[in-house]
Amino acid sequence: MSNIKYILGSFGDPDDLMHGIEKLQENNVSIYDVYTPMPIHGIEAKLGIKRSRLDVLAFFCAITGTMSAFALIYLTSVVDWRNNIGGKPAFALPDFIPIMFELTILFCAFGLVGAYYASTHLFPGRSPRVMDLRATNDRFIIAVDAKQNAEHSKIDGLLKEAGAIEVKHNERKYISYE
Amino acid sequence: MGTHNYNFTEQFEFTGKAKTLSIVAIVIGLASIGYGFSDHGLHERTFANLLLMAYYFACVCMSGAFFLAVQFVAQAGWSASILRVPQAMAKVLPIAVVILIAIIGAGLYTHNLYHHWNAPGLTDPADPNYDKLIDGKSAFLNVPFFLARQVIFLGVYSFFALLLSKLSTNEDLEGGLTSYTKSFKYSCIFLVIYGFTTPIFAFDTVMSLEAHWFSTMFGWYNFAAMWVSSLATMAVIIILLRKAGYMQWVNNSHLHNLGQFIFGFSIFWTYVWFAQFMLIYYANMPEETVYFYKRFEFYKFWFYLNLVMNFLAPVLLLMDRDNKRHENILLGVSIIVLCGHWVDYYQMIMPGTVEEHNGFGIIEIGTAIGFVGLFTFTVLSALSKSPLIAKNHPLLEESLNHQL
Repeated sequence: MSNIKYILGSFGDPDDLMHGIEKLQENNVSIYDVYTPMPIHGIEAKLGIKRSRLDVLAFFCAITGTMSAFALIYLTSVVDWRNNIGGKPAFALPDFIPIMFELTILFCAFGLVGAYYASTHLFPGRSPRVMDLRATNDRFIIAVDAKQNAEHSKIDGLLKEAGAIEVKHNERKYISYE
Repeated sequence: MGTHNYNFTEQFEFTGKAKTLSIVAIVIGLASIGYGFSDHGLHERTFANLLLMAYYFACVCMSGAFFLAVQFVAQAGWSASILRVPQAMAKVLPIAVVILIAIIGAGLYTHNLYHHWNAPGLTDPADPNYDKLIDGKSAFLNVPFFLARQVIFLGVYSFFALLLSKLSTNEDLEGGLTSYTKSFKYSCIFLVIYGFTTPIFAFDTVMSLEAHWFSTMFGWYNFAAMWVSSLATMAVIIILLRKAGYMQWVNNSHLHNLGQFIFGFSIFWTYVWFAQFMLIYYANMPEETVYFYKRFEFYKFWFYLNLVMNFLAPVLLLMDRDNKRHENILLGVSIIVLCGHWVDYYQMIMPGTVEEHNGFGIIEIGTAIGFVGLFTFTVLSALSKSPLIAKNHPLLEESLNHQL
């Protein structure tokens, strides 16, 4: 048994990459992931990637912000220390709204930046996970898990046939952990 | 790419039920306006309703031209295949302008509109009617200058609206990039003019009904209202055309974009509305709070209904991605927003004209139906004059393959 963990097909063109994905799928080769230097329309649908749950997270971060702001203003200016501002009642809702609005956005933005760093392993102090450095530059990479797909030479052939410029056999998952 | 197979010469045929219904609506409108003028006590209310709907009509059409200009300046590709709908709205703008100016002129002449600053003796210190505030504003608010502004602004908008439509027609005939580059150039000029003059147009047409009161947010508040109602109109027209079997190239990504526009600009409208309300509420100065005093005393229901229809409904119903892509939900929300902006204009105009003698009856509903019929009739006639797709638009391919 070889030590090969991942087979990477490196393409120079997004159309060839899409073609390669089709070829592998026709031959029942499961694709681990695809790395491209730019977004490609329709690739999520082709790979069967589930819809992002980012919007759900955004909603909950935002609603936390709204409620925090309301709690903050309510407890300070209604419960704890009532001030007479322009003769208005202490619980003057229109005055609360700008602050609630701002904290909604702040919490939402911070929450999503945090989620982005966590999901991409870009958090300060962590090594980024890169399988092929040129995927951030000029190459379109298809990664196939070598342990799950036994016929390595057939996969090589399929990738080459679809127009892969280079096929690599990596013994490590992430080359960036050096 | 390029697997689509659409008929680029497809043309809308304006016949049958749509035509009959729009003519019936116009007749209902004329009848209810006639009813309004039959009773002397109802003249002012009828005029206020005519102003409301003529303003609404003109604003929707001029925002159609604005939409075209925004798409050209942003070099947006997604909208290339739906541009004929805002173009039809832009083509109708001159008609809307003539109606609006006629109503304003008649209102000024009969003193049924703008009598707050246009009445004998207001600017004469010796007269018992003398009003110092109005006198101070009379250099700006006087009939010749007021009418001149209306004619110039609306004339310039109409000129650019027709110009952009004409360039698109030329593009259909000749092809090439000449029309597109020209459209880009004229759109840039138009956007600058439009951006600076619409607030003044709103100050004149609506805010001067209560000439003592002023708000610098009012122009943008109106701009947001007219822009979002125009987007909702476009969505309604496109969805109904699709249901009738036309424009099959419009996919749910196009609807998603329109839905995002309606969602975003409904929030923008609320933002501007609240910015105006908040400052007045917080500063609590009598000359400013008088505006909301009237609305709280006599129009409380409309005041809150306005927020429910224009903020809560679009926010809650369009927040979800799937809802924006769903034809019937988007259609429903667009209709709510359109009715909502009628309510918005209603509570902008009525307290300044008929004050507590407002109503909601034959005149209100009939005038609204009449103008909706007129809009449908004129816009659909304009739409049927040219193919439903600008076949030589340089970004058409991008629009046909649009995917979000």
